[in-house]
Amino acid sequence: MSERKTILQVKDLQTTFFTDSGEIPAVDHIDFHVKEGEILGIVGESGCGKSVTSLSIMGLIPQPPGKIVGGEIVFQENDLLKMTERQMRQIRGNDIAMIFQEPMTSLNPLFTIGNQMLEAILIHEKGWSKKKAKERAIEMLQLVGLPRAEEMLQDYPHQLSGGMRQRVMIAMALVCDPKVLIADEPTTALDVTIQAQILKLMRELNTRLNTAVLLITHDLGVVAETCERVIVMYAGQIIEESPAKQIFDDPQHPYTKGLIQSIPDMRFKKDRLYSIPGSVPKPGSIKQGCRFAARCEFAFDRCIKEDPELYETSDAHQTRCFLYDKEGAEMDDNKTLIESR
Amino acid sequence: MTTKPLLKVDNLKKYFPVKKGMLGRTVGQVKAVDDVSFYVNEGETLGIVGESGCGKSTTGRMLMRLLEPSEGKVEFDGQELTSLSSDEMRKTRRDIQMVFQDPYASLNPRHTIGKILEEPLIVHGLDNAKERKEKVRKFLEIVGLSAYHAKRYPHQFSGGQRQRIGIARALMTNPKLIIADEPVSALDVSIQSQVLNLMQDLQKDFNLTYIFIAHDLGVVRHISDRVAVMYLGKMVEIAESEQLYVEPLHPYTQALLSAVPVPDPDYKKEQIVLEGDIPNPANPPSGCTFHTRCPFKMDICTKVVPELIQHGPGHSVACHLYGDESDNDIKKMEGSL
Ligand SMILES: Nc1ncnc2c1ncn2[C@@H]1O[C@H](COP(=O)(O)OP(=O)(O)O)[C@@H](O)[C@H]1O
Ligand SMILES: Nc1ncnc2c1ncn2[C@@H]1O[C@H](COP(=O)(O)OP(=O)(O)O)[C@@H](O)[C@H]1O
Ligand SMILES: [Mg+2]
Ligand SMILES: [Mg+2]
Repeated sequence: MSERKTILQVKDLQTTFFTDSGEIPAVDHIDFHVKEGEILGIVGESGCGKSVTSLSIMGLIPQPPGKIVGGEIVFQENDLLKMTERQMRQIRGNDIAMIFQEPMTSLNPLFTIGNQMLEAILIHEKGWSKKKAKERAIEMLQLVGLPRAEEMLQDYPHQLSGGMRQRVMIAMALVCDPKVLIADEPTTALDVTIQAQILKLMRELNTRLNTAVLLITHDLGVVAETCERVIVMYAGQIIEESPAKQIFDDPQHPYTKGLIQSIPDMRFKKDRLYSIPGSVPKPGSIKQGCRFAARCEFAFDRCIKEDPELYETSDAHQTRCFLYDKEGAEMDDNKTLIESR
Repeated sequence: MTTKPLLKVDNLKKYFPVKKGMLGRTVGQVKAVDDVSFYVNEGETLGIVGESGCGKSTTGRMLMRLLEPSEGKVEFDGQELTSLSSDEMRKTRRDIQMVFQDPYASLNPRHTIGKILEEPLIVHGLDNAKERKEKVRKFLEIVGLSAYHAKRYPHQFSGGQRQRIGIARALMTNPKLIIADEPVSALDVSIQSQVLNLMQDLQKDFNLTYIFIAHDLGVVRHISDRVAVMYLGKMVEIAESEQLYVEPLHPYTQALLSAVPVPDPDYKKEQIVLEGDIPNPANPPSGCTFHTRCPFKMDICTKVVPELIQHGPGHSVACHLYGDESDNDIKKMEGSL
């Protein structure tokens, strides 16, 4: 396969919420890129900064209390953070689209599906007639596998099931033929048989339209079935990044390892599940050292004193853990320890 | 292990009226639970799985008579619950407790944890004030919290801790049966495994019987001895957990299992992606209610409701694929039991 170009690059992004109870560094210096046509997963437990990352890219962080305090988001050589609100609206209408966990919150309950689809199309294709826009709407609804597309234009959002609403949202996101689709937990509110339909649809559309997808999820199973590459977040930071297959074959960060072992596997019964002690810290509550140190069974002195960086451990695999710091003195002993698990 | 049923449910039904208009005329009914029968042995965990709206919570609530069944019998510990007066039922409730998905919604935000935990004891007139305080302390520690937490309020806890409080509250009256309705569905994976481990430990320590309701098939497999699968108000399959996952019989169970994303990219499974949505329970399909989505639909399926019949030891399925021709085998098997 030929080397694909980077289409979106997030550099040292910092998004902070300024609240009465203090500053919350929800996204804390993160770096990653999305390549043309790939499906990149971002996985992590609630509150780790997944949604804030996607809203930052879309220019939709509520301000106040939120603010992007540093970094760059480069899309096709332009820094989105330097754009005006008008330019951003163009980007959102044409280049980067987003779908959310609960489609009901992004569909207007007072207007029909047809109304809302036509509006989205006409923003994008200013010169089009209503008739042409309607044809396009029907075509898009059919593309996402909705059988009675023409009738559905007459329906109000509440008349559709959750799975159908999510398909409508995908259709609306795709009318402008975006280069990047950000999907924030698109199947979390759906039943598993409907989730399977939507994930299949997203994979098909990705292959067919070559739209890059940034898929945000808390479910490592969804990552395994859908993504090529994955980023693991913890407390506002990226703690591991690798090809999706490698995160399961060779998870490196103790948090990633723990997370994978905590999942009850449907294929075989374990007597007892592994469990990570404690709970996820609030962003900003740990001022010094590794964010995971307090819950980590491998933590040593350095972990509570210094901040680990993302260490390159192999091609395309990076881990924010001192156990993988090749310069670090303790490395050898601890690496043997961690690999023996 | 004892194999005495602690709970036996026969032909349980709950039909909710569908009302319309200003006058609230009844225009139809939702068959939320439609003729469900099963038993739960003492000390075991029965898992109930199925997608949203299939009647899991309604079933759970009827077992405790938090919701009156439209029809059917519930026998608990040799006693027929459906014929008890509300006074007698209140007494029995100390033996059956419930744990909910969102403990926050069921914990009074204005009460301290101490008061919340004491309440079931007061309701049932158990222990004096000193003994109650002692028990609160004891159970907080048992579920992995600390005695000083008794003075705090629900909002001061994380989701996982609140679920521990919900579990402690259920344990206060020393119940025999705990009905847990999606107890870990709202929790993150790392917290979910903590709570599942806790529930398994408690089951051993207090000889508890569980009905564990969930939509996550991995979680259910992990915790359950036997599993029942529901679809549109009916039980379509019930089997020992191992058996159900290795050899699912009902096409719905097969599809459900194949739809679960497995955290292993090397695992190649045959995925059955079901077409369409779950039908409206106010207007369910004729015959087998699954026939509108079933890849193996036959003529008979649109006409005749399949009965839940035994197909192997402890394994029952409601599907015409396992009809007549296997009748003889079943008789043989029953004979040998
Ligand atoms: N509007 C807001 N005001 C204050 N804090 C916020 C706001 N939105 C998000 N946060 C904080 O940012 C952190 C990350 O949130 P989010 O990105 O939504 O997490 P998730 O990974 O679950 O999507 C959380 O700790 C949350 O408290
Ligand atoms: N109080 C009620 N009034 C009317 N319909 C109800 C009521 N409670 C539940 N239902 C309906 O009964 C069906 C089963 O619901 P429920 O038992 O909550 O399903 P589950 O717990 O499996 O998601 C659903 O169609 C639901 O809409
Ligand atoms: Mg989120
Ligand atoms: Mg329910």
